Amino acid sequence: MTDPISAVPLDDSVEFSLRELCAACRVSEEIVVEIVAEGIVEPSGSDRAEWRFTGFALTRVQRALRLQHEFGVDLAGAALALDLLDELDRLRRAQRPSD
Amino acid sequence: MEYKDYYQIMGVGRDASADDIKRAYRKLARKYHPDVSKEKDAEARFKEVGEAYEVLRDPEKRAAYDALGTRKPGEQFRPPPDWQFDYGAETDTGTHSDFFEELFGGLGRGRRASFRSRGFDTSGQIEVTLEEAFRGTERRLSLQRVAVDERGRALPTTQQLNVRIPAGVVDGQRIRVPSQGEPGMGGGPAGDLFLEVRLLPHRWFRAEGRDIWLDLPVTPWEAALGETIRVPTLGGRVDLKVPKGSQTDRQLRLRGRGLPGNPPGDQLVVLKIMAPAPQSPAEEALYKQMAETLRTNLRQAMESS
Repeated sequence: MTDPISAVPLDDSVEFSLRELCAACRVSEEIVVEIVAEGIVEPSGSDRAEWRFTGFALTRVQRALRLQHEFGVDLAGAALALDLLDELDRLRRAQRPSD
Repeated sequence: MEYKDYYQIMGVGRDASADDIKRAYRKLARKYHPDVSKEKDAEARFKEVGEAYEVLRDPEKRAAYDALGTRKPGEQFRPPPDWQFDYGAETDTGTHSDFFEELFGGLGRGRRASFRSRGFDTSGQIEVTLEEAFRGTERRLSLQRVAVDERGRALPTTQQLNVRIPAGVVDGQRIRVPSQGEPGMGGGPAGDLFLEVRLLPHRWFRAEGRDIWLDLPVTPWEAALGETIRVPTLGGRVDLKVPKGSQTDRQLRLRGRGLPGNPPGDQLVVLKIMAPAPQSPAEEALYKQMAETLRTNLRQAMESS
């Protein structure tokens, strides 16, 4: 048995540059630029070269791409679906009895 | 290998039109897509539906599949000896059933090896206790892989992998294990493995994000007099000063005693005042003395209305 491989938490403790995010999600920079323009994720930094995405953003970009690919919706539709899913998630959590 | 009835999986007849199939797929995808669905076996169902759609949407694959004739789902099945399917360069998604791989899997006949591509990303879930989330832990995972033998046939294998889970993971959190997805083709890099963390329920603690909640039983006199009591936290016991005159449901915050992170979570202690039943005549006498001395009526407001 080899040494364990470290898993990287996908939260706000990690950051990805535009290039790293594109590599992880296997998409071109143009697509990520569109995703940012749709407001699906909001990188820190003023221009593309300085953009930094959190681990949460990576998950969100992957979800948006899957929704786009597997439901045939455009990015605006994927953005809407993600917002509604987040809202649903929030409501489910709030509804859960806190005994 | 078990026969799969792709029409039954999609819930359409054998004479379904391309539009019927697309419509059925969209509806099932909305129901079972792991990003959308809360169904228990969503991921498995979505893969099954995706595989069925991959065959039925493609006129050539569908015709080849139809030519096999109808069998019962789950029936043992071997493709005809002269089976040949020219599927072109690429087959779409990552994981397929053995049935699909045998019939349409490009990998099995070595045709994919001629070009270089990165392996697919894979995903899974891991269950972690709160103690493990607090300290970080290691998990041995068994991953289903497809190996290619010397004759270019695809063989399912199981690979063991040790993964270190960092401290401070929260429920629903995704973690990425680099290069542990499916292997690449033609010398291409491997995909990544994405794991979703599920925190297991704990006997006393409840996690909300990085904050940890604890219901703490205290006696009426501990709450009334104010006392320093020992409280369990994930990091060990700490002293907590219960303020004098505390009432039940009062929340006390132990800053930074929740799950680690930047910033770390807090532990929130909810006081639950419990009156022990008297266990002896002496205890009962003490309660009677309290009743006579402390003449408070907590229901006064209700009675005067």
